[in-house]
Amino acid sequence: MIVVKDIHKSFGPVRALRGVSFDAPDGRITGLLGPNGAGKSTTLRVLYTVLKPDQGSATIDGVDVVSDGLLARRKIGALPHGAGLYPHLTARENIAYYAALCGVEKVALDDKVENIIALLEIGDFADRRSKGFSQGQRTKVSLARALVHDPQNVILDEPTNGLDVMAMRSLRNLILKLKDDGRCVLFSSHVMQEVAALCDDICIIANGKVAIDGSADGIRERTGCDDLEDAFVAAIQMVGAG
Amino acid sequence: MRTVLTVFSKEVVDNFRDRRTLVTALLMGPLLGPMLFAFVINLSIERSLSDADSTMQLPVIGAEHAPNLTRFLQSRSIEVIDGPIGRAAALDAVKKGELDVVVLIPAEFGEQLREGSPARVELISDQANTEADRDARRARNAIRAYNQQLAVLRLVGRGVSPTVVQAVTIDEVDVSTPSGRAAILLGMMSYFFIFALLMGGMYLAIDSTAGDRERGSLEPLLSLPVTRDQLMLGKIAAACLFMAMSLMLSLWSFFFALKFMPLEQLGMTPNFGPAVVIGAFFVLAPFILVGASVMTLVASFTKSYKEAQTWLSVVLIAPTMPILIVSILNVRSQLEFMFVPSLSQHLILLDLIKNEPLNLLHVAISITSTLAIGALLTWICARLYRREGLLG
Repeated sequence: MIVVKDIHKSFGPVRALRGVSFDAPDGRITGLLGPNGAGKSTTLRVLYTVLKPDQGSATIDGVDVVSDGLLARRKIGALPHGAGLYPHLTARENIAYYAALCGVEKVALDDKVENIIALLEIGDFADRRSKGFSQGQRTKVSLARALVHDPQNVILDEPTNGLDVMAMRSLRNLILKLKDDGRCVLFSSHVMQEVAALCDDICIIANGKVAIDGSADGIRERTGCDDLEDAFVAAIQMVGAG
Repeated sequence: MRTVLTVFSKEVVDNFRDRRTLVTALLMGPLLGPMLFAFVINLSIERSLSDADSTMQLPVIGAEHAPNLTRFLQSRSIEVIDGPIGRAAALDAVKKGELDVVVLIPAEFGEQLREGSPARVELISDQANTEADRDARRARNAIRAYNQQLAVLRLVGRGVSPTVVQAVTIDEVDVSTPSGRAAILLGMMSYFFIFALLMGGMYLAIDSTAGDRERGSLEPLLSLPVTRDQLMLGKIAAACLFMAMSLMLSLWSFFFALKFMPLEQLGMTPNFGPAVVIGAFFVLAPFILVGASVMTLVASFTKSYKEAQTWLSVVLIAPTMPILIVSILNVRSQLEFMFVPSLSQHLILLDLIKNEPLNLLHVAISITSTLAIGALLTWICARLYRREGLLG
């Protein structure tokens, strides 16, 4: 369960976030939607504690991300935007390294790595060095790395970037499976259809603020648009005007 | 602790698979110094040996006026050849560098000699030309020796003991040992060792900061339930291991290189046996922490891999500065110097190579102050690693 309350963040003169609040409950998929530069990544970065908010607070399973960052990080698995692998390590070694750093016990480590490799269908290239991996392979390994320690909360920043249709499908299935396991999944995207197809709750961010949030139907209703894309545009314009 | 160890072993495995790191750490760094050194030594030995034995050709104008002098020169392996026609041509040739030295014997030379008045010869050389100076000096010395010989003969002919003109003689007593003389040359090796040591960890320092950021592997790493201090310590520890390997290798490669250098011909016996190799390692080892943390510190300020490389090449040169300043000022080793990293290691290493008893107080200060500075720098690195701007 992730709770975000009125977070603000500025980088010098640029006000990236000006009061973002939303909840991402367990057993549901929450989509963070917004145009480029809206503040999606900044919000997620605050959640996985690489950035500190200037104002406001956020908790993960009740743990404050600012005052107790280490414990908060224990409760999440994060896939940052454009996450890189270690080119000289194999996919398996990349995953095992993260598992070890997440405190997975030595005896359980090999099994856990093997499980996630099977789950994400990495087996074919698990023992190759990640130097020549395709974008899709890299994303899969990054994802495996983020999930290997069974986190209750999963934060994914634009996970579908650069994926082909097949990879996209298996990612979608994985996200649904995480939901069925009762986990909290929060992911960001700028692709409307993707979010509409997958998410239980949608939070549209524009200009560092939440324009509107709720279920897809709720958003359609409140903006008075039948088409979600029109709703998206309407919501963004509401923020721009305000 | 387990986390630091995990980071450390990952960095070690990762870098052992990186060809660039391996080549610089285990090949270039350790071999560059000894190879350069061997080259310079062999060149200077070759020159000094060829000086004494080889026959030199000396252009002489008017050799026919001084047959005895010509024979004397020949006895000293100086072959007299015909010089240019005329004094003006000789001056010109020397000025242009076509000839190194020309001796001009005037027609009245023989007459002056017979009369007992100082007989003039001219020695034309370009004293600004250091290359030519060697031959000029040899010709000058030979003519002076001829003068000496004639003077002695004249005194004897007049029934005067030649010792009359020797009011004072100097007997030089040289207390330098063959290893002490070798230390003059080997002293410059301390920098090569420090250089090799730094090279060993250079790419790890870049990789763990600018490289990690550029690759995008830093952000996911920071989202893990580990503290940044643990990550930084693991990375610096890995850099230290590579630096230690580089240092060890460079010391041993120098040990083997020395076996192929005919230093004995220069009257030098290098004191660089296995015991000195081990000793030198322990003297230089504290500098590893300083090197690893300075490089990480500098690299963490840079925006990209390329920029980090540029700045770190400056760091490679920095440790020479104190060594250079002290050797130019020519001051003796003193207590204050032991607080300066790189300089203290250099001075202690010199004593070690000279085979002089080590000043244990100096060694203790060198080790503790260098380690303290290294620890301080590591702490600063860890502080910097905590800031938000790290992600760029």
